[in-house]
Amino acid sequence: MAELTHLTLAEARDGLRDGEFSATELTEAHNAAIEAARPLNAMVLETADLARDMAARSDQHIAKGEGGMLEGIPLAIKDLFCTEGVRTTAGSHILDNFVPPYESTVTAKLWQAGAVMLGKTNMDEFAMGSSNETSFFGPVENPWRKPGDNRSIVPGGSSGGSASIVAARAALAATGTDTGGSIRQPASFTGLVGLKPTYGRCSRWGIIAFASSLDQAGPLTRSVRDAAIMLSAMSGHDPKDSTSADLPVPDFEAALSGDIKGLRVGIPSEYRMEGLPEEIEAFWQQGVRWLEEAGAETREVTLPHTKYALPAYYIVAPAEASSNLARYDGVRYGLRVEGDDLIDMYERTRAEGFGAEVKRRVMIGTYVLSAGYYDAYYLQAQRVRTLIARDFLRAFEDVDVLLTPTAPSEAFAVGDKSDDLLAMYFNDVFTVPASMAGLPGVSVPAGLSKTGLPLGLQLIGKAFDEETILRTAAILEGAAAFDAQPEAWWETGQ
Amino acid sequence: MIQGASVEWEVVIGLETHAQVVSNAKLFSGAATEFGAEPNSQVSFVDAAMPGMLPVINEVCVEQAVRTGLGLNAEINRHSVFDRKNYFYPDLPPNYQISQYKQPVVGEGKVIVDLEDGSVCEIGIERLHLEQDAGKSLHDQHPDATYVDLNRAGVALMEIVSKPDLRNAEQAGAYVRKLRAILRYLGTCDGNMEQGSMRCDVNVSVRKPGEPLGTRCEIKNVNSVRFIQQAIDYEAGRQVDILEEGGKIDQETRLFDSDRGVTRPMRSKEEAHDYRYFPEPDLLPLELSEDFIEAIRADLPELPDQKKVRFVDVLGLSDYDASVLVAEKEVADYFEKVAEGRDAKTAVNWVTGDLFGKLNDTGRDIADSPVSPADLGGLIDLIADGTLSGRLAKEVFEAMFESGRPPAEIVEERGLKQVSDSGEIEALIDTIIAGNADKVAEYKSGKDKLFGFFVGQVMKASQGKANPKVVNDILHEKLG
Repeated sequence: MAELTHLTLAEARDGLRDGEFSATELTEAHNAAIEAARPLNAMVLETADLARDMAARSDQHIAKGEGGMLEGIPLAIKDLFCTEGVRTTAGSHILDNFVPPYESTVTAKLWQAGAVMLGKTNMDEFAMGSSNETSFFGPVENPWRKPGDNRSIVPGGSSGGSASIVAARAALAATGTDTGGSIRQPASFTGLVGLKPTYGRCSRWGIIAFASSLDQAGPLTRSVRDAAIMLSAMSGHDPKDSTSADLPVPDFEAALSGDIKGLRVGIPSEYRMEGLPEEIEAFWQQGVRWLEEAGAETREVTLPHTKYALPAYYIVAPAEASSNLARYDGVRYGLRVEGDDLIDMYERTRAEGFGAEVKRRVMIGTYVLSAGYYDAYYLQAQRVRTLIARDFLRAFEDVDVLLTPTAPSEAFAVGDKSDDLLAMYFNDVFTVPASMAGLPGVSVPAGLSKTGLPLGLQLIGKAFDEETILRTAAILEGAAAFDAQPEAWWETGQ
Repeated sequence: MIQGASVEWEVVIGLETHAQVVSNAKLFSGAATEFGAEPNSQVSFVDAAMPGMLPVINEVCVEQAVRTGLGLNAEINRHSVFDRKNYFYPDLPPNYQISQYKQPVVGEGKVIVDLEDGSVCEIGIERLHLEQDAGKSLHDQHPDATYVDLNRAGVALMEIVSKPDLRNAEQAGAYVRKLRAILRYLGTCDGNMEQGSMRCDVNVSVRKPGEPLGTRCEIKNVNSVRFIQQAIDYEAGRQVDILEEGGKIDQETRLFDSDRGVTRPMRSKEEAHDYRYFPEPDLLPLELSEDFIEAIRADLPELPDQKKVRFVDVLGLSDYDASVLVAEKEVADYFEKVAEGRDAKTAVNWVTGDLFGKLNDTGRDIADSPVSPADLGGLIDLIADGTLSGRLAKEVFEAMFESGRPPAEIVEERGLKQVSDSGEIEALIDTIIAGNADKVAEYKSGKDKLFGFFVGQVMKASQGKANPKVVNDILHEKLG
């Protein structure tokens, strides 16, 4: 049943509804694909039996005509979402025996809509990384390789496992989280659609926190339509998350009208950075033409504080993380390494439980919040954040959506950037500004690079206007007609 | 002022009072707050800082803080912000406390404090903010392990910070008592210092009058008025001794050892914290509407100062009596029930005289008084309508206090009812006049003082039940 795994989520939904195949068949096909995809190391936990049970229930629902909007759809869940009774680790040793007694709001909504859980996906530890190399469970491999070159390629991060498993056709869609680009950049690296909703669109309750003021859940899918369907199921106000927006959830799929005539598209000049690879620039120009051809008007806009976004992000996010991760102390759950006294136990537990990148960010965050440094770093970064948000507000007075590249490079080889921190952090240069402003962004595959790896373009929208970026993304998707697929080398054991 | 070896020293005191908010649920979770529950039986996933859990503000606690702010005549900040105070401790599960740092919910206010000599002084309030309490570490459950009870973790506290306006232990004690009374009148804190629902950090410094403030020491977590006063006296004396010997005061945190009556430094200075405060990103700033504040203001109860003015102006009580009555809400409530529809001065005499006396003797609070305000009022009514004489009333009161029974029942049972029937009394008087012809003659010849003798005889003959006024009237008539 290999073909079942090659359907889009929307196609599978329609097929289930029309009785072309059962949820059980669909799930078994994906369980098999997940098993076959083990060489990618994309999953930290496979829940095949649970998936079977859920699929059987879905078949009953479908038989009674009671299916939800995702009834019988097999999904992979980033291991940052707490799943009741199913081990949840955030990719960290410090939580490697943690089984939550509660279900995150977003996954609860997915199960409520009838979705089936295939398992939990690998990720950068506590979502800190841009290559999925910081996971306690080892790096994830991108299903894409350069033709004629069997070196392992990173899938991007931090939602690397989610991206890899969907790109490998082993899950119809996956959840991700995006703090500074952790959905959009892996989507770009793996030829997927990756949507980061507006901050506040999806509840953060039950998602292990990295940086509270930036974290946002979203889908990784193989089509824009699939992203719209997933977003509808994941969104909604949650009284348990004070930062979740009390707004109605639009029917995002219905927003895909195919009509962007008169849409005003802004091209931020500051994103035309020195050293941007020519082919990325070329795809960007191509994207402009595609939208113009569909009837949009494009114009240059200015976002003057763009260059401060990345440094400010690397102050704000670690600051919040240093505090959010303080709870992992060995006292109540997760790893405990015994010590001579309390302080010793804390130190040993955290020294052994956290990886190098997490420790680095905890230390940076602790430093920037310290007495004497707070004003110079944290406070200054928050001011920058306000200016960045204002840049966007001004730009959106004249345009409806912004078009930019998603990432400044194609996917790189495992190990290539792990020693060069600044090069690694630079991955998020185009995604971080929208994160800092809380705005929605979506990455859409534009084509393959000269070396044969996917490249994405990003659309940034106004707050809570995911409908416009999705509608526009569907136009790009249609124009790009990206139908390339990675060769399934993992099935042949190379 | 403290008299030193050569000069006088002025003591400067400021208090930070932690008052547990009266609310059914914690500040940021739905877990219950009841005191004395089984350890760890009132803990939500939020309180235990499980991964992915988020705080949600409990509106009742905000209302209570605003109510308290209004009761302290303080500015209410329409916009305030919660911050994280970061430090590691096992009874603080997230290893940060959600508090308010730079933008508290309540700003400057004031408290009028009554002193023993009858004077009053005004103590400034610097601010009031909301924060979470921590859990409790139990070191005595196991020889080499510490247990943690998280029932209290996350319970709402108001930290009420006074200005350094206090100058001696008496003022500090009076301030704490007054603050406690205000909170209890408002119903925002039960003020129970023994159970820890109200506790104080005491800041003490000394200086020569007119000089800038000296270096202060903070004495942590003192939990009774008496200890606060002892701690201040000890600490001020300690600082004066050091300064007079040419030393200098180290700014430090100290503990009060109530067994020895001394303060001593908390263990180590290397544990001095950098709390790394920053705005709590899981919560939006607290925005209060004018309507929300005004609705609370409209609903405020009468507070001690207002009550005292009313007692003096409307009920005609003395300043002193009014102060005594309003100091405890329960006493004021009791008194008002007794005085309702009755003579207020009579009521105050019974409450602060006989009742307080018996309560004191038996070591009871007014809340445990065996005599209900309705019964005490009933007793006063029996005096007013002539049923009981003052003397009989005291006897009945004793019996009421012992048995808890209503006065009418006791009067009935013991046959203590006063005799006002003039015929009955006249008969008694006739008998006595007849039996004391010599005394009658003496009286008539001008020995007026003998009148008392006749009254005494009549009362004795009636076993004290004769209405003295009726006796007087008839005697005057008969003796001419």
